[in-house]
Amino acid sequence: MIGLPRLFFSFLKIGALTFGGGYAMIPLFERFFVHDYGYLSEDEFTDALVICQSLPGVIAINFAVYIGLKLRGGVGALVSGVGVALPSFILIMVIATFFFRFIENPYVEAIFMGVRVAVIALIFTAGFRILVRNRHPFGILIGVLSFLLVGLFFVHPFFVIIGMGAAGFLFSRVKEVSHDDVD
Amino acid sequence: MMSISLFFTFLLIGAVTFGGGYAMLPLFERMIVEGQGWLDRSLFLDMIALSQVTPGPVAINSATFIGFEIQGVVGAFFATTGVVFVPVILITLVSHYQERFKQSKAVQGVLYGLRPALFGLIFASAYSLFQDAIHDIYGVILFIVFSVLLIKFRVHPILIIVISGILGLIIYL
Repeated sequence: MIGLPRLFFSFLKIGALTFGGGYAMIPLFERFFVHDYGYLSEDEFTDALVICQSLPGVIAINFAVYIGLKLRGGVGALVSGVGVALPSFILIMVIATFFFRFIENPYVEAIFMGVRVAVIALIFTAGFRILVRNRHPFGILIGVLSFLLVGLFFVHPFFVIIGMGAAGFLFSRVKEVSHDDVD
Repeated sequence: MMSISLFFTFLLIGAVTFGGGYAMLPLFERMIVEGQGWLDRSLFLDMIALSQVTPGPVAINSATFIGFEIQGVVGAFFATTGVVFVPVILITLVSHYQERFKQSKAVQGVLYGLRPALFGLIFASAYSLFQDAIHDIYGVILFIVFSVLLIKFRVHPILIIVISGILGLIIYL
């Protein structure tokens, strides 16, 4: 059985060293917990992935909490969740402090004028990747409808998310939705 | 009062967002930039850039940054705890009924509608930010070039951000 300090520090390390968020962390979780130490089997790991992706929230936190819970119960979940989030939490506050001090600087302002364009491209790319994975007719219809409702009619995304979830549920009662259709 | 409002705003965002960091941005934009007016659009974009180039989950980085900007360390704490609150409870519940959850037709059905809704929401967010933050032809060209590099050539996001910063210095200084 994995000790609590070890659990904490393995998540702390992954949280501190992985750039790009949850999906970038998954291979590291797998290597550590499945391949290197065998704390989880391949199947248990796949289950964890399916469940974390089927629930709302931050992928990395969901994963850490789930693995912590499986390996060491409630305390394990707490230790893992705090471990994976703590480096970001501290680092971001340090960066934010300096950022607000330098934002008036003309060099910094010019840099961020360029960076903002890159961020919009990143957001667009994130949307594009989801579009590619859901390009069945029903998916395209739902996506275009969501875009129009939020982008043109300013409906709150919260209601669109609830509504489209309900639409998916109703659609699946009429037409069989296979597991492969949902990735 | 501010702490409570921060906590519940992030709790709501965390409770309904499937698919992690970027999927949360449309709700961040609507609730925190437009709704509460806690951040303006350019700071919102800067915040995303900083969250991307800093290690750790993008959603946690963003929540910490926004909370910290609004109410210091206390705000950072409440925003971050808020965003993970509902998912952590759900994970705990689901882990007890794992097999039933995995095979549930209802869950599969809901996700069948939710997943594609996300690309609509994310595009809507990109569209409104585009109108606000891209003012000239350089911006339009860079947006197209960066998108192609990211999608077609799978260039690493951090490299794109670094290049965009250097180009920003050259073009806008």
